[in-house]
Amino acid sequence: MKTLRYRYILDRLFLSFLVINTIIVILPLLIMSSYVIVNGISALNLDLFTQELGSPTRAMQGQPTGLVHTMAGTLVVDIMALLFAIPVGLGTGILLSEYPDHILNPVLRIMNDTLNGMPAVLKGLLAFVLIVKPMGTFSGISGSAALAIVMLPIIARSTESALSIIPWSIREAGLALGLPRWRVVLSAIVPAARTGLITGFLIAFSRAAGEAAPLLFTSFGNNYLPKHWTGMFFGPVDTLPQRLYSLAISPYEHWHRMGWAAAIVLFGFVVISFVIAHLASGNNLQKKGNSR
Amino acid sequence: MNCTESIKANVTSIKNNSFTIIDKDGPPLPHLRMKTENLTVKYGSTTGVRDVSITFQEKQVTALIGPSGCGKTTFLRALNRMHDLTRGTEISGKVLLDGKNIYDHKVDPVTIRRRVGMVFQKPTPFPTMSIFDNVVAGLKLVGIRNRSFLLEVCEKALIQSALFNEVKDRLKDPGASLSGGQQQRLCIARALAVNPEVLLMDEPTSSLDPQSTNRIEELIQELKNDVTIVIVTHNMQQAARVSDQTAFFYVGNLIETGKTRDIFTNPKNKQTEEYITGRFG
Repeated sequence: MKTLRYRYILDRLFLSFLVINTIIVILPLLIMSSYVIVNGISALNLDLFTQELGSPTRAMQGQPTGLVHTMAGTLVVDIMALLFAIPVGLGTGILLSEYPDHILNPVLRIMNDTLNGMPAVLKGLLAFVLIVKPMGTFSGISGSAALAIVMLPIIARSTESALSIIPWSIREAGLALGLPRWRVVLSAIVPAARTGLITGFLIAFSRAAGEAAPLLFTSFGNNYLPKHWTGMFFGPVDTLPQRLYSLAISPYEHWHRMGWAAAIVLFGFVVISFVIAHLASGNNLQKKGNSR
Repeated sequence: MNCTESIKANVTSIKNNSFTIIDKDGPPLPHLRMKTENLTVKYGSTTGVRDVSITFQEKQVTALIGPSGCGKTTFLRALNRMHDLTRGTEISGKVLLDGKNIYDHKVDPVTIRRRVGMVFQKPTPFPTMSIFDNVVAGLKLVGIRNRSFLLEVCEKALIQSALFNEVKDRLKDPGASLSGGQQQRLCIARALAVNPEVLLMDEPTSSLDPQSTNRIEELIQELKNDVTIVIVTHNMQQAARVSDQTAFFYVGNLIETGKTRDIFTNPKNKQTEEYITGRFG
């Protein structure tokens, strides 16, 4: 009897240990989000979503200012970065997973991990040297390229692991039908892994969406919407993380508050992309559940 | 359309394409479809199959029997170059399909696998495809888009594999929604849909209920007029029921081969006799 009780106690102890650890993990997130919301909520208003920032004097003269150009810029730069990164990252991931004996793979794996660990600011520097300098101007494209380099290793790794979950026997079944290997990968394996692939893309996306460093000397920042839409790609563009930084270091009280509001928007942006990721995988799970 | 028709024509011409050995003095001998000569399969330092020479004749079913781990599956997989993907597998000897060595450097394994289909021990439906897409995957993914042709092939293959009545109203449902036994019959239908000349079956009925097993055995009998079948089985009765030729494997060696009736009634080798009578294995 005593031993049984002892086991129950041990089980409770272990469970409380797990619960405490979980709380420790989510505590920083809770503190951070509540702090950001408390500080920024007062600056959230319609102008924030409809007006450009303009010069600092605007706020002092009581004219409406906002961050609409920043939000638009963030969407353009981040989505373009994802479009740059997906084909390359997917290709690398497919090579790593589907051709495990390929001569390049050991090197590729090390390089991919190194790239992942490299400071984001260096990735910005790379884009600066390769794109900004030859073009002679800061640009949305160079910002996207820098962010794409941030996303690449994450997408490559997540693609590799998403594909390697699919049983090898499915590939053999495809080959036994007389299908070429690339066809089996594209038509049977990649679709089967799509939940994992999409989750990986969105994790990479959210990770890059929060990066300010690579954008400081690539997309640079802009207080206004570009005059022509091409300016989003070929001219300096504002993005949330970098705007957050410049608002925070500015000497204006009003801009500080706006910085907190920008933090809420960025936070919401990342949360929304995670929710989309979750829905994408959740839908699929439900389908599988129904089918059984 | 043109492409579809040429492939259709191809599919039908394949059947008439086998060569015949004509014996001048007697009736025509059965066509020799496939043959191995001193086939050895090694992985690293282990030898999975040692020096196997055997012939597979057209309109005949060959059963490969033997205890677990004796190299039956390894041998079977060598017949359509499934070992190509496994690093460190070394194959020596020849596998002749209609007289041509499939391991010749000039031969593309894809064309071989198109002619030599395979059904695996465990069901392997493509997870994201519907029942219909699964059955016609081998045709659709090489560019055949003619829907009425695909439907026709799908129906025929599903009828052959005894699945049609169970799925005819839900061809659009995912292949993975079927039960294990149904999935296996789906995979058999998928293998039949590409109209192979040789069909390799690796314990195809091990996950099926007796009724489906029965149907698959009937199917094997129906198919053998068109397709040369090699089947690995652990079930002695099954080997006796479905096959014309039986080959007994033991630790990588082909111990004995001959007409099924002879192997089961009057085995020449003592090991074969002991295995068949259940004294080991």
